[in-house]
Amino acid sequence: MEGEIIKGRIWVLRDGEGNLIDDIDTDMIFHNKYLHITDVAEMGKHALGNLEGWEDFPERATKGDIVMAGKNFGAGSSRQQAVDCFISLGIKAIIAKSFGAIYKRNAINSGLAIFEWPDMEEDKFGDGDIISVEPDTGIVRRDGKEVGRAKPMSEVQRDIYRAGNLFEYGRRQQD
Amino acid sequence: MGKTVIEKIFQRHSNGGGEAEPEPGSVVWLDLDVRTARDFGGPNVVKHLKGNYDGNYLENPEKTFFTFDLSVPAKTIKYAINQQICRKFAGETGMDVFDVDAGIGTHVLMEKGIVVPGSTAVGTDSHYNILGAIGAFGQGMGDMDIAFAFKTGRTWFEVPETMKINVHGTYGWPATPRDLTFAVMKELGSSGMLGMAAEYYGDAIDDLSLDGRITLASQTTEMGGIIAFIPPDEKVLDFISGRAGRRVEGVYADSDASYAREVDIDVDGLEPMIASPPKPTDIHPVSELEGTEIDSVFIGSCTNGRYEDMLAAARILKGRKVRKGVNLRITPATKEVWMRVIKEGIVDIFMEAGAVVFTNSGCGGCAEGMPGLVGEGEVELSTTNRNYRGKQGPGSIYLVSPATAAASAVKGYIASPEEVV
Repeated sequence: MEGEIIKGRIWVLRDGEGNLIDDIDTDMIFHNKYLHITDVAEMGKHALGNLEGWEDFPERATKGDIVMAGKNFGAGSSRQQAVDCFISLGIKAIIAKSFGAIYKRNAINSGLAIFEWPDMEEDKFGDGDIISVEPDTGIVRRDGKEVGRAKPMSEVQRDIYRAGNLFEYGRRQQD
Repeated sequence: MGKTVIEKIFQRHSNGGGEAEPEPGSVVWLDLDVRTARDFGGPNVVKHLKGNYDGNYLENPEKTFFTFDLSVPAKTIKYAINQQICRKFAGETGMDVFDVDAGIGTHVLMEKGIVVPGSTAVGTDSHYNILGAIGAFGQGMGDMDIAFAFKTGRTWFEVPETMKINVHGTYGWPATPRDLTFAVMKELGSSGMLGMAAEYYGDAIDDLSLDGRITLASQTTEMGGIIAFIPPDEKVLDFISGRAGRRVEGVYADSDASYAREVDIDVDGLEPMIASPPKPTDIHPVSELEGTEIDSVFIGSCTNGRYEDMLAAARILKGRKVRKGVNLRITPATKEVWMRVIKEGIVDIFMEAGAVVFTNSGCGGCAEGMPGLVGEGEVELSTTNRNYRGKQGPGSIYLVSPATAAASAVKGYIASPEEVV
């Protein structure tokens, strides 16, 4: 489905030396001092607020952007806010070499498009590049040219993603 | 190619039991035989259901339960309110509640024959995979996932790879199934099963009673595992069949099933073991820490709150006294265990040993919802499954078997059961 291709400007989560950051945990994504926040609209302003060099991400990011990260993104606690803070900012997708298991489950349930790309060649990408990803195939393109393949969404993930989130999916099953 | 236990259970519970082969890495929609929430996650499950759907909240009330086991009966107003939210919702929807008298939810599901070998079940309990003790698939999940399971009777799941763990050798008193469990954890460490399913085999596993199997299965989460199956033997099948009121069969792996990894563990001549704070996998022989002074002792939890655990403690405590200044607390896992302990006079042995406080059956101090926490600087010996910092209060927790716990309570310091019996 043409309309389903996810396209946007990317932010590549690199450290001060330019290396892709691995093991970004849920406290770096959404610090536990903000766990009392339950309104998704409020969560965006704390996204990556505890990740060195990325504290100002909420001001720099705009709706429709895509985040790229290293291995084990979202390791740590089960807090749903670490997913919802990106939804709050309108982030369209997260592409990472791998995800923490609970984070992956939470992100899929929330309808956030996430893609695992174990053999991502991060050197090919820089902040501000415009890329597109095809959910069914995982094909990543820049300027219309294929630059690699992430793992496609699983069927279940696509079902939930198309419905909006897990609860919407449940609603459709009821109808 | 042959299938592992989880692949078989998943095949029977997805696509209407159809042809599709659930392979590691693939994601399936899993039909759930049982779904439950406790007094902690339950109110949020109700909130999600009411906030997202207009009535028709349960796909099948007969397969849906609340199990109260954390604060039983409620020790705070917050818990009282939360439990009342669940009871009210159950009344509206026709689902059942195992209320504050019942005991640990997962144990009750096995005792009542609600979960049987080969079942699929999910609940708001990180030790829900304890159901692997009878060869069932159990999985702990968050309140959003459980609300969806209540609503649809399904959940999605990525099929994990399976590892095979062979445990061989013979051992006897003073070592117990808890010490066998420690031996497995010492070998595998905190991430030895990470993201995987496991299957246990070997003569030392064959020898385990159902109570011993429950102890072993209760530590799957502490090794990072998704589920660890202990293939049910005739004794387990007979017990569950009696409880379910129908003949149940086990689900077993094919002889040519493919495993990602195989581990052999020797427990020949096993001696009592202990886990030092704050890691459940920092395991040593009890003899290494012998003599360390203690303040309190807890026997109970989903790991060691069964009848045989009570018997092991009674064997030590019969005709002896708990050391002055040490407080020993015992919490049977369920009402059924509690009643048996009373009927058989075991409770008399405990009470006569002195300074013994019984609490209602449930998770005990392990959940911070029940009486029996440890204060700053206090040293506790406990049969629970986690000794992380702050888990049962600010004190230091050492994990041991019920026999070692009882022997140490008598001595007032960490002691092997041999020192007493």
